[in-house]
Amino acid sequence: MSPALKERRADGILGELHTRFPGESFVEQKTADGIPTVWVPAGKLLAVMKYLKLDAKPGYRMLYDLTAVDERLRQNRNGLPKADFSVVYHLMSFERNSDIRVKVALEGESPSVPSLSGLWLNANWYEREAWDLFGIKFDGHPHLVRIMMPRTWQGHPLRKDHPARATEMERFTMDEAKMYREQEALRIKPEEWGMQVQGEDNDFMVLNLGPNHPSVHGVFRVMLQLDGEEIVQAAPDIGYHHRGAEKMGERQSWHTYIPYTDRIDYLGGVMNNLPYLMAVEKMAGIQVPPRAQTIRVMLSEFFRITSHLLFYGTFVQDVGSMSPVFYMFVDRQKAYDVIEAITGFRMHPAWFRIGGVAADLPKGWDRLVREFLDFMPKRLLDYEKMALRNTILKKRCIGIGRYNAEEAIEWGVTGPNLRATGYEWDYRKARPYSGYENFEFDIPTGKNGDVYDRCLVRVEEIRQSLRIIEQCLNNMPEGDYKARHPLTTPPIKDNTMQDIETLIHHFLNVSWGPVIPAGECSMTVEATKGLNSYYLTSDGGTMSYRTRIRTPSFAHLQQIPYISRGLMVPDLIAIIASIDFVMADVDR
Amino acid sequence: MTPALPFVLPQWLITVAILLAVVGLAAVLIWVERRALGIWQDRWGPNRVWFLGIGQVAADMIKIFMKDDWVPPFADRAVFVIAPSIVMITILLAVAVVPFTPELTIAGDWNIGVLFFLGMTSLAVYSVMLGGWSSNSKYAMLGTLRASAQSISYEVFMGLALLGVVIQTGSFSLKDIVLAQQDLWFVVPQALGFLIFMIAGLAETHRLPLDLPEAEHELTAGFHTEYSGMKFGMFFVGEYVAVVLVSAMLTTLFFGGWLGPTFGFWFMPIVWFAAKTGAFILFFVLLRAAIPRPRFDQFMGFGWKVLLPLSLLNVVVTGAIVVGKGS
Repeated sequence: MSPALKERRADGILGELHTRFPGESFVEQKTADGIPTVWVPAGKLLAVMKYLKLDAKPGYRMLYDLTAVDERLRQNRNGLPKADFSVVYHLMSFERNSDIRVKVALEGESPSVPSLSGLWLNANWYEREAWDLFGIKFDGHPHLVRIMMPRTWQGHPLRKDHPARATEMERFTMDEAKMYREQEALRIKPEEWGMQVQGEDNDFMVLNLGPNHPSVHGVFRVMLQLDGEEIVQAAPDIGYHHRGAEKMGERQSWHTYIPYTDRIDYLGGVMNNLPYLMAVEKMAGIQVPPRAQTIRVMLSEFFRITSHLLFYGTFVQDVGSMSPVFYMFVDRQKAYDVIEAITGFRMHPAWFRIGGVAADLPKGWDRLVREFLDFMPKRLLDYEKMALRNTILKKRCIGIGRYNAEEAIEWGVTGPNLRATGYEWDYRKARPYSGYENFEFDIPTGKNGDVYDRCLVRVEEIRQSLRIIEQCLNNMPEGDYKARHPLTTPPIKDNTMQDIETLIHHFLNVSWGPVIPAGECSMTVEATKGLNSYYLTSDGGTMSYRTRIRTPSFAHLQQIPYISRGLMVPDLIAIIASIDFVMADVDR
Repeated sequence: MTPALPFVLPQWLITVAILLAVVGLAAVLIWVERRALGIWQDRWGPNRVWFLGIGQVAADMIKIFMKDDWVPPFADRAVFVIAPSIVMITILLAVAVVPFTPELTIAGDWNIGVLFFLGMTSLAVYSVMLGGWSSNSKYAMLGTLRASAQSISYEVFMGLALLGVVIQTGSFSLKDIVLAQQDLWFVVPQALGFLIFMIAGLAETHRLPLDLPEAEHELTAGFHTEYSGMKFGMFFVGEYVAVVLVSAMLTTLFFGGWLGPTFGFWFMPIVWFAAKTGAFILFFVLLRAAIPRPRFDQFMGFGWKVLLPLSLLNVVVTGAIVVGKGS
């Protein structure tokens, strides 16, 4: 039984809440990640959130994540308030360097909760997502419509009673009538997005940019109201890449879900495995050996380089320069050669395992890494001359799509896009994980928060990643590449023929999959594009009860209308390119 | 003096030969460009079909001829079909005035050669305009608006840039212009005019970095978004013919046309002309590989605020010098 707040001496932010709201029945929940977690009644939500954001000193200024859980089948409640659904708010404070999780318990088939869209600009999309996937209503939301699923969809997919497999559903057919219905649902209704078709003395053009357009980096649609070529209104439309990755987490074993994570930010490769595995390991109580941690860091940084190189090339290409992307793809392939030699795969190695990595480093890995480290810096200098210092490119990028740190935090912008505003905050420094505290590296920042600075920051990050990789190379610890823990999957089996333990563990973990103790844990990494978290809920089973993936790109795309208003279509393309997103990272 | 051809060709044969050669060259250019870009961009380019991949030209042609000839149901059919042919016709007509050598020309001695060239390139904009307009599609529409604005503006600077050459020669005949460069190529006294003409020529041909009417990253394919098959092919080849034409004009107007040491061989003038033109074509390809695309409004601003005063200045100064010398 978790005692209610008033009954125990709470410290930190929970104590502050207790002081501010005396006599309220807030319930504190212990979570594996140690983030203060508190359940508040729906009626008090707005007041609590307002306090946390505005009145608490310093405040939790970023709405880092907002999601929901279908609680109806959860067995291990351990004194949590009775709930059919819960809405989870994850707030972040940069000044405190700490987070708080606020939950609201909801009951009934069609629950509702007050909307936060008046308090945080970025609550809009998160609440639409929760409505779409869970059927939770947010009272006061300006435009609560589906965001991931097609408008014509029946049901709310992340509810436990919604089928997860195609075989559980009716056979899919697309007759002509249905096709027209679907197409009609995709047609832009300008007034729905606050767009005007006619002005006082001129007509506006409503343009559909995407979902298949050469420069939207995948299937992403921006609806535009244009005055000539000037953007009056923009409304991004996402969901075309939605594959239900969170739903899949609920029917894959903890181990077999790893490859799915690779495909979230599909340019981030094994870096996606990291937050997921860190969360699983935390709940399982696994200590990852130093060698495994360092290998993880090294490969993560390799993927940061490949992702940033792809960004660099496509960014310059979207601004209209044809050649650089080819050079950068050549370099990227060099990095992939090293990655492939180590992991056996290029883009989606799924190579990290619960408790470590899949295999030890191969013989001669150090020579390969050294070659890459010697090769890359020269090339970066070339690109600077070729692309970054080009006057035409500068003219198109400097001062375009600007926002400051305040606005970035309001919109939930993280990673290089936040640092481009000059805000020096890197998760690897602020809250080191996987041994990042042992590395020396700088946090590159920009000044203006415009398109150009977002590119510069990433270019400098490539250099810093090279520094980190070099330190990994020079100081690779000896030891195990995987923890000796029963939940490590698959376990190290060097003694299998002598002892029964590892054999049994192997048998269980491979046939059932590991059983992770009941609990909740959210782990975050500084991914290629910003902060990426996995918020896992285990109900003490072989599969996750709820897998929430907080991706940076989702937040970044939501900001597009805000920074592109009044600019031209080519500027929008430059902005889209500079944000550096992949749609799989947005839609999951 | 230029040695004469050792044989006399009937004019109709010359005409047919020149037109075929230009269109053929434009087709080969597709391969040249792709190979050259490939080499500059650290990749192969088409290298599979026949020797060095040059058979790619034939393969591409077969592909483009076999493609479904589709007219979108929402397009204005008649205009949509006519538009692509306009660019081919006007550009080929403009080729008529280029003197490849004193004899090898269709109408090189024509006393309004320069004006005819300008007129025909101006007419070419109708192709883009009508094509984009009749497509009845938003991206084509945006491309068309850009194309008309760009072509009409850069037409002005192109004409003004040429005036310096015309003033110095005192003739609109391209043959006279070449002959006037016996002592000194016009690129030296008319360096400014040369630069402006080159930029304007690039803008007229809608090639990267000045391919704003197509700007695939912004407008998918701009004015020819709805075109496919051979109709698209006409725009495509028309663009290459225009590249050949602009290169040939640069050679003629500023680099002495066929002039160059002949060593007594009758074919040397042709070689000189081809070499100079080829160098410009490759230069255009290199530009495409090297430079990013400016934003449309920036580019138009550059034209009217920088190129226009400069070209006017060029005309005034050249005129003053010529008048001063004459008096």
